[in-house]
Formats: sequence, structure tokens, C-alpha cells
Amino acid sequence: MTAMRYRDALKLALREEMQRDEAVVLLGEDIGVFGGAFKVTAGLLEEFGEQRVRDTPISENTIVGMGVGAAMVGLRPVVELMTVNFALLAFDQIVNHAAHIHYMFGGHAHVPLVVRMPQGAGHQLGPTHSHSLEAMFLHVPGLLVAVPSTAADARGLLKSAIRDENPVIFIEHESLYGVRGEVDEDDPQPLPFGRARVVRAGEDVTIVGVSRMALTAERAAEQLAAEHGVQAEVIDPRTLRPLDLDTILASVAKTNRCVVVEEGWPHGGVAANLAALISEQAFDDLDAPVVRVSGADVPMPYSKPLEEIAYPHEPQIVRAALGVSTQEALR
Amino acid sequence: MTHSLPEPETAREWLAAMVLIRRFEERAGEMYARAKIGGFLHLSIGEEATIVGSERALRESDYLVSTYRSHGDALARGTPPERVMAELFGRVDGCCKGHGGSMHMFDAQRRFMGGYGIVGGNLPIAAGIALACRQRGGEEVTLCTFGDGASNQGTFGETLNLAALWRLPVVFMVVNNQFGMGTSLSRHSAVTDLQRKGESLGVPGMRCDGMDILDTHATLSEALRRVREEGRPLLVEAVTYRFRGHSMADPEDYRTKEEVAEWRERDPIPAFGALLEREGVLSAEQHEQIEREATQRVDEAVQFAERSPFPAPDTLYEDVYVLDGQAHGHYHDRPAVTHAQESRNDAVLPAGSA
Repeated sequence: MTAMRYRDALKLALREEMQRDEAVVLLGEDIGVFGGAFKVTAGLLEEFGEQRVRDTPISENTIVGMGVGAAMVGLRPVVELMTVNFALLAFDQIVNHAAHIHYMFGGHAHVPLVVRMPQGAGHQLGPTHSHSLEAMFLHVPGLLVAVPSTAADARGLLKSAIRDENPVIFIEHESLYGVRGEVDEDDPQPLPFGRARVVRAGEDVTIVGVSRMALTAERAAEQLAAEHGVQAEVIDPRTLRPLDLDTILASVAKTNRCVVVEEGWPHGGVAANLAALISEQAFDDLDAPVVRVSGADVPMPYSKPLEEIAYPHEPQIVRAALGVSTQEALR
Repeated sequence: MTHSLPEPETAREWLAAMVLIRRFEERAGEMYARAKIGGFLHLSIGEEATIVGSERALRESDYLVSTYRSHGDALARGTPPERVMAELFGRVDGCCKGHGGSMHMFDAQRRFMGGYGIVGGNLPIAAGIALACRQRGGEEVTLCTFGDGASNQGTFGETLNLAALWRLPVVFMVVNNQFGMGTSLSRHSAVTDLQRKGESLGVPGMRCDGMDILDTHATLSEALRRVREEGRPLLVEAVTYRFRGHSMADPEDYRTKEEVAEWRERDPIPAFGALLEREGVLSAEQHEQIEREATQRVDEAVQFAERSPFPAPDTLYEDVYVLDGQAHGHYHDRPAVTHAQESRNDAVLPAGSA
């Protein structure tokens, strides 16, 4: 095991897959000479050359669309969008083409494309540069959506994403790039999609944390145990499509209570979707309504004190978990 | 410009291909009026010389990417008319199993890489295919067609810039049929000399008379030769006209009957037929036979489409994902399934693919 930063684990996955399969090519803004806006691809240009590590102009919709076309005829492109915010410029290609080509053309074409991008607030970048948009991608049939929160998951899931025949939206997190985690460098196996990770076992309440919120939820769970004697089971779904609903339902069957935490907006969000699925499929197991903890329903403010309260932190999660655990707090 | 005729047999085949598209489109219009076809129906009547002239300049190994007006492209590339008609009818034997409809034809085997419903959305796809070809070191060129209206989309500038920057083997063919839906060229584009619209992006332009199959074929042949040899993209403007409305639901208030009549006088099909007869490469009987065969082919296509079943309800979720093998989980709000990795459609891979 090696303690490795999340960004280096991603780079390791890219390097391993590029060595394994020459069809893997990287496209993105400033990924080559500059080394990537978050340095995920630093050094890969020198290692693999400019045919396979391609600096692109600032043309998000077109570089994603080129990835789609190249994927249709045998390449396995990995497109880096500098941040999720700019994916909005590429939504036509992501939704109308990457996601729908396999279906639209009767199964006669498919799009083994990965679109990587980081998301997240916390750096005082204001409304246009702080999005968490996994719900938007989750909404679209045809896309797979990965949201790794640890270095090991980042590496293993990215390898699976590159080998998958379906288009994968691979959502990293700006605040996680520098975080270290244990990675087994000797085990090159991809981590299959559709398997949630039980971050922490517990009997009293299930907390599902998405993307960075898996880490925030884990810290909240420690606080719940230390200060309130509540043992929370924390689950990181790791991929939202396919979703390992079975692991979440099994946990809810045990705890009878569930809180879902996401950084994005509440309306039509990932947590709203999960709450619906859990309520539909495990109603009899629930002793309290599934509760959502999400980003505030506002554009992300720039000012630090406002930004801090506009996305979830440990206290909100603790409060929600205690809320579903006691009758009074439900009122 | 005058061009010499190709071999008589080739010339007759070109005429037959144009006639087939014309008869097919006319019949599709009738079937639409009889509610056999739903949604939008964009006919390419009037544009047959542009379609056949450009596609006959391609090699079999070249790729074609087109738009929502794509029945003619599929037919010209060799997709059987019954597959195209069945797709319009929404039947399982359609070229996309009834998932795509009029705007989304596809035939991987013939390297027709799709009709795309979003104006300008197909340009990046074409450049991506060309990138794969370049990467593999093959000689394939991708022909990307789009309308005059698409030349105002962001993807036009973005893709031409990138294709020129990376020297991608693409011929961008702007099919200038004079209207972006109901807005005439001079009302939607500041530069109406469309062949010049790529110049500032590093993509030189050419122009052909899209009503003249000989000129279209000669120009596209030259463009394809240059792209293959020089290893960089070109823009070709094919000047043409659609005789019918943008779609079937088009009152055509934006143009006069006189204007349409004027262009109809230049109808590429009778013009080419008459030329072939004058030049002695087409007898009256042969001409008649071409017409008869096209009508028969289209009749058969309609019969085939009528007989083909609608997709069964239990196939609704088929082909959303490539499934089989890799991961297990809930893809939809339905029982969990497993899915695949690394299957390939070899028919569509460029030369040099591993």
C-alpha cells in the first residue's frame, strides 16, 4: 500500500490504461504542456507524446463531440473538461450524442468515451465556478456516472470507466485532488461500477454521502458516535449509474433510518432521487422519512461566510441524523 | 464549367441513384400524409445531385456524417430502401430498429455514421472520426454535410479551427439550400459567400453547383484528393435548393412560388437525364427502365415497412446501455442488470486499428 494523492491515483490509472491500450487518447484544455489545470495529467505528454495527449483549444462542446466520434470508430478517448462548470457548454454533445447514440442508432454504434471533470464549491469562485452537477448527468439515460471520493476509488473506477463500452461521466472533486489515501499499486485491477463502499459500519442510522460528501459524512459519523452515542453507517455509492441500491437498502433494513448527503442543489437532486428509491423499495423498513442534506437552493455566493453555509458541513449532517433518530426532532 | 461524362454505365447508375431518392422521398411524403410516418419528415427533393455527386466521389472506406435530412444520404450510400422506409414507419426492421426515425439514420456497415438531429451537432463527430483515422494512419476521409444554417453554430467555428489545427482529413460540405429552415441565407449569415466562411479558421473553401451532379462530383473528387494528399480539411459549398418545405409542416411563407418555380427549372434529375440522352449514353427505354425500377424499389420498400412489426413493448429498454458482463447494479428504476466491456464493431474501424 502506498499513500497517494487523489490526483496521482487518477494519473496512475490514466498511465496504466494508456500503457495497456494504445486506443486510449487524452483530449483536453491545458492537459499537456501545462500539465492539467489540477495537474492530474502532468508528465503524460512527455511519456506518451502529443498524438495521445492532446492539448485542445477552449471548445468544450467540440472536444466532447470529437471524443464521441473517435469513440464510435475504435478509439477510447478520455476528455478532460477543466471543471464541471464548463460541461454546461458541452451538454448537447453529452446528452444528444454521447448518451443517446447507442439507442438512437438501434444498438449499431456505441460510445466508449470518458468525460472527466472536477466539481465542487469552497474556493470562493462564485456562481459560475462552484457547481456540483452530478444530478444533471444522473438524469440522462445512456450515461454512467462515477463520483469517486478516495484515491483508491479514483484509480480503480477510472480504469473501469476507460474500459467500459458506455459513455462515462467521471466526476472528480476540486477539494479532493490533494487528499492522500492508501492505494495498492501492485493491484492493477479496475474497480467495477455498481458497488457501493461501506465507509463505516453502524446500526443506528444510514448516511449516504455522494462525492466529497462521503468524507464529510464520515467525519459527521465520528462526531455522532463521540458526542451522541449514535452509530451511523456511512455508505459511499461510488457510482450513481449503475447504482448499488442493494447495499443501501440492506443498510436501511438494519438501521431503519436514512440521511442522504450531496453537495448539489436539492430540487431534482441525487438525494431526492435516492430518497424516492428508498421510500418506494424499503418503506416498511423505515421508522422515519428519508432526509436530505444538500447544498442550499441558491447560486453559489462568493463571500466566504455565505459560501460556507451554502453547502453541507458536518453539523448539518449530525443534525439530520439526530433528527431522524428522535421523534421530537421530526416535528 | 463543363465536365466530361463518366463511363456510360456509371452515368446511368448516378441517374438511377438520384431517381431512387426522388421517388423514395415523394413516397415518404405520401406516407406521412397518410400518418404512416410520424414526427418530422425533412425531404431532400431538389438536392439529389448534391447528395449523389458528393457520395459517388467517396471511397467505400471513407466515412459520411450527415444531418436530420438524411434519407437520401443513406440511400446513396447503399442502405436498402426498405430499411430506411421501415425506420420511417418506426418498425423493428428499420436501420435503427425504430429508435431513430427520420432524423437519425445510420448504417455502420456502409460507413454512414449517422444523421444527426441537432443543427451543427454533427461537425465535432465527423472531426472525431477523422481524428481516429489520422491516429491510425489510414487514408480514410470523412465527409461531413450540414446546411447553410449550421454555419452559424458555434460548432462550425470550433470544429473547423480544430480540424485545421490538427490537420484532420475532413471535407466539410455546406449544403447551401438557401434557407436555415425559413430564414433565407442573406437574413441569417453576414457572409453569404459560404465557401469563404472557413478562411479565418484555416480551412480553404471551394464551391460547386449542387444542382449539377457532374460539377458536384468533380469538385468533391478534387476536394477529397486534396484532403488525402495535403492532410488538411477543406470546406466545400454546394449551392442547391430544396423544392419542398423545410419539413412537411411548412407553409413556405418565406419564399415565393416564382422563386421555387425558377429553381425547379434547374431540377438536376431531368437535366442530367436529358444530357445523357443527348450524349447517346441513355436510350429512351433505359431511361424508362430506371424510372420503373425506382418506383418498384420504393413500392417494395413500402410493402416491407408495412409488413415489418412494431418493436415489442418489452424491448423499450434495449440498447440504452451496452450490457453483459462487467458491472452489476441498477441502471434504471428497474431490476439490477450487469453490463459489458470491450466489444467492438469491426466493420466500422479505420485501417490500422488494432
